[in-house]
Order: sequence, then C-alpha cells, then structure tokens
Amino acid sequence: MAAKKLNMKDKYKMLTRDLDWEFSYQDRKEAFPYEEYEGIKITDWSKWEDPFRLTMDAYWKYQAEKEKKLYAIFDAFAQNNGHLNISDPRYVNALKVFLGGVTPVEYQAYQGFAHVGRQFGGVGARVACQMQSIDELRHVQTQIHAMSHYNKFFDGLHNWNGMQDKVWYMSVPTSFFHDARSSGPFEFLLAISFSFEYVLTNLLFVPFMSGAAYNGDMATVTFGFSSQSDEARHMTLGLEVIKFLLEQHEDNVPIVQKWVDKWFWRGTRVLGIVSMMMDYMLPNKVMSWREAWEIYFEQAGGALFKDLARYGIKPPKYVDIATAQMDHMSHQTWWNFYNFGEAAGFHTWIPSDKELDWLSEKYPQTFDKYYRPRWELAKKMEAEGKRFYSKGLPQLCNTCQVAMINTEVDDPTMLVYRSTEYKGEKYHFCSDGCHDIFVDEPEKFVQSWLPVHQILQGNCGGADLETVMREYYGMDVGVDNLDMKGSPDELRWKEWKSA
Amino acid sequence: MTVKTTAAEYIGEVRDRVENFHGNQLVYVGWDRHLMFCSAFTFLVAPAASFRSLRDDVMAGVFGEHPEWPTINWDSVRWLLDGQPFTPELDKTLADQGIGHKSLLRFDTPELHGFMNAGV
Repeated sequence: MAAKKLNMKDKYKMLTRDLDWEFSYQDRKEAFPYEEYEGIKITDWSKWEDPFRLTMDAYWKYQAEKEKKLYAIFDAFAQNNGHLNISDPRYVNALKVFLGGVTPVEYQAYQGFAHVGRQFGGVGARVACQMQSIDELRHVQTQIHAMSHYNKFFDGLHNWNGMQDKVWYMSVPTSFFHDARSSGPFEFLLAISFSFEYVLTNLLFVPFMSGAAYNGDMATVTFGFSSQSDEARHMTLGLEVIKFLLEQHEDNVPIVQKWVDKWFWRGTRVLGIVSMMMDYMLPNKVMSWREAWEIYFEQAGGALFKDLARYGIKPPKYVDIATAQMDHMSHQTWWNFYNFGEAAGFHTWIPSDKELDWLSEKYPQTFDKYYRPRWELAKKMEAEGKRFYSKGLPQLCNTCQVAMINTEVDDPTMLVYRSTEYKGEKYHFCSDGCHDIFVDEPEKFVQSWLPVHQILQGNCGGADLETVMREYYGMDVGVDNLDMKGSPDELRWKEWKSA
Repeated sequence: MTVKTTAAEYIGEVRDRVENFHGNQLVYVGWDRHLMFCSAFTFLVAPAASFRSLRDDVMAGVFGEHPEWPTINWDSVRWLLDGQPFTPELDKTLADQGIGHKSLLRFDTPELHGFMNAGV
C-alpha cells in the first residue's frame, strides 16, 4: 500500500521536476520558441540546481505567515500615527522617489519573471522564475500598503502609477526594465537576477531600509524585513543562473560577459537616484553612498568576480570608471533635481550647513572642490529671493535616459559627451558604457522614448511645462513640486508638531 | 546583428526623426565648465532661425540665469559643433551652417571660470 504522506524528498521531486513532461506529438522547439535565438547553448537542463528548494504549497504557507506579521505592524503603524515619528518631513520625499521609481519596476519584474517562467525549456528554471514572479507581485502590494499611510498625510504620493512611464526621471528605471523584458529570456535573467539582484540589489535595499530605520519609518523597515528572505532567494537564483550558463557550454562565456558588462553599466546609471537618496534625502544619514559602494560592490562584488574568473569571466567593463564616478554621482544627481525642482513630483532643498560639512567629510577629494560652490551659489540666489530653477529642458542620454550630467573621470569640471551616427541620425550618450550598449543593438535603442523629446514632439499633453505636469504627469502643480521650504508638506508638519 | 531578435529582419522605429518635430529640429547646447547648469540643454528650433536668434533669444533665456552670462566676450568664445571647431555666422541660418537635427553645440568662455572659479 502506498504511504499516505509523501516524504519530503519525494514531495519535492513531484512538485517541481515531475511537473515536466516529454513532448510526444509537438515539437519542443515550438513550445519554447525563445530558447535558442540568443545563442546560449543548454546541453542538459537537469544540471540546473533549484535555488529555492521550495515546493509551491510550502511557499504559500511561508509567505502567508510573513504577510500576517507584516500587516499587523502596518495596522499598528497607522493606528498610532506612525508618520509623526519620522525624523523630518524631508524624509518622505525619499519614499516618493521609492514608490514611483521602485514599486512599478517590481511590477515589471513580476511580468518579466512570469514570462520567462513559461519560456525556459527546463522545469527547474521555470518553477524558480514562477516563484520569483509571485514574490515580485507581493513586493508591489506590500510597498503600496506600507506607503499608503503616508499618502494620507503628504503630497506627491497619489499618482505614482500614472507617473512611472511618463515623468522624465521615472523613465530611467522604467526603460531599464523595458530593455530587460524585451530581451531574450536568458538575457533577462542575467540582467535582473544576476546583475541587479545579485550584484547591485544590496545597494538599493540595505542602505534604504537602514535609512528607514534611522529615520523612524517603521512601516518601510518592516516591509524591508519581510522582503529580505525573498531577496535572499532571488540572489541565489542570480548566482545559479550565471554558474549554470557558464557550465553548460564554453560558447556561452562571451555572451554572458557581454551581458554582465551591459547590465552592470545600466545598473550603475539607475542607481544614481539611490545615491542621491542616501547622501541628500535621508535627514539622518546611515553611511555615504561611497561607503555603501565600497562595502556592497567593491568588497562583495570583488570576491564574486574572483570566483567567476575560473569560468573566464572578467569584472564588468568600465568598473574602474564607475567606481571613480561614485565620488561624484550623488552630488551631480541631487544637483540635477535641484535644477529641475520645478518639474519634479517631490520636494528638493539646499542641504543644511551641517549636512554640507558631512558631505565634505565623506567626500574629501571632491565635495569642497566641485560641489560645495554649487550650493553656495544656490544659497546666494535663494537669499536674494531667486531660488534657482533651471528654465530649459536637459539633454538626455539615449541609452540610460538620465540627463547628461556625468563628468569625465580625469576632469570633473567637464561633462562627458559621447555620440554616434546610425543610418544618418545622431545619438548622444552620457558615457562610453551607454555608447557601447547602443552601438551593439542600435535597432533597439533608436526607439528610446526620451521624455524631453516627447514633450517637444507635442506628445505629452501640452506645449508648456506646467500643462505637461498637470495634464500628463498628473502632478498637483505648486503643491507636489518646488522647494521643501514653504511647501504644504512642511507647513502641515509644523502644525502637527506645535499642536 | 543590430538587435537580438527572433525575426529575420527587424527595423526599429526611429522615434526622434526630424519629421516628428513638425518643421522644427532639436539642437543641444552646453556651456563648458559652467555646471550651475547640470547638463546641456535641449532646444526646439526652426532650421531657418539665425544663429543670432539662437544665441540671443533661445540660449540667453536659460543661460542668462548665470551671473557671468552678461560678461561673456563673444569674440573669444570657442565653439564646437558636433565635436569639431566651429565659427558661427550670426546672420546665417542654422541649416546653412550645418547645425542639423540633434547637433550638439558647445561653447567655452576662456576668461570665465564659473562661480567661485569652480567651474560652476
């Protein structure tokens, strides 16, 4: 008689690998039409090691437990007016950037993993991707719920979903994921699971969640803890992907190297916005962006690439340039938003004198020489009653879509200008990395939806910026944007605190 | 291959071709070593506009915020058009002097070193 209950090993086998079947009357290649065109060679899918070691029923049970705890804390946070315990109302602007920039791309990750979770020929990879897909959807939901409390009390959180593929700075993370999702399934996995989740995600989550803790935001901290065990699984998938591809066939090595190079570079450009959150937007600082890069990329990434060297994989191209630019990135990015604070859906401000000194201390080579003078100019203009808002529209990089604020490593007073011509059209780039990505796949990137160009083509609801912001971006103009000083957010905070 | 695709031939839509700008064109202008402006600007201009109107109307409208703008000695300014040294003719049109769609124009003011001489 068969046992009533399967033992763990059999259950695991039946609910993962045994979900696959042999194709007897259909061509397997037609069932998995995207598996070969990228040039990746898989000789034996059974060599795939399941990174999650979970069956779907165990997964549901485990996640449901976490949800229960998480939502109990959200409820307590709301009932106790948790928003009054944050360090300073400026902090909420980091949440506005997070909710608009990160939450929608979690949704894109859900879509991307659902797609590749169907398209891989190997059942182990399919199951892992399907589970990650559900994780990503859970993160979207829990982030929305964690921050919905703030939406009741602060401006600029009401239309993150409408803004994510329209607003000039949101197009940076949005287009990053569009690029990954319109790539083949192996490139998608290399881009998101390896380069983003494994190599760079700590630079997003660890500092940001610590930032929430340092600034009294218990809702976001709790969300962070709840997603941390998911992230650990995602990182394991990232590592399995790269090792599996490299072990399957030596012809995969140069293809994987190209993707490592591309997605490392794209990742560093997307992280610009995180660098500014850490150095400028958190009222209570955790560590500098530079320090985070040293810990989470240079040390951890350095060990990783040493390990991958045995497969013939080298550290990403331009890693030296990226590392040198980490002394500049947050300063240039926040200055970018201060320049265009009139067109942003959150508030910007001049750092306090104490913060300027902290930046000098953390960036001894660069801050006083290149960046403090900008804030001195901003202070002078503000004191004269002429808070500086740039009047034009910036030039954008055709690949990463970030404004072309990047400077030369050997001369930080000079902007980087790179360009190419393709079929008689000119294209401009913020870096050699972005230039090379375009040149490798021009037919993809000639289609970039660059927000500035779209406004000037008349595709964004109006000819003047205010109409674009109101009609197309769905911003409350004069309320969501402009300086923190004198904003309704700031005035309400003062009222609550004096009550 | 110009893009990885399952299609035998794949041609992307050139989203920023000049026809999409309704008779106008784009020109990017950057002031070297004046990083009060975080990047170069994107301007929508008529190809038949004169260089003088580009400089004195369009550029002045945004770069004019800089305290050094009124003190620029235009005789000593060095221009780069798409990376090549360039001498603008003020009353000729942009089109007639090779400033095309998505051209990048940079200018350097050798006597002016920015706010606090810091390239700002």
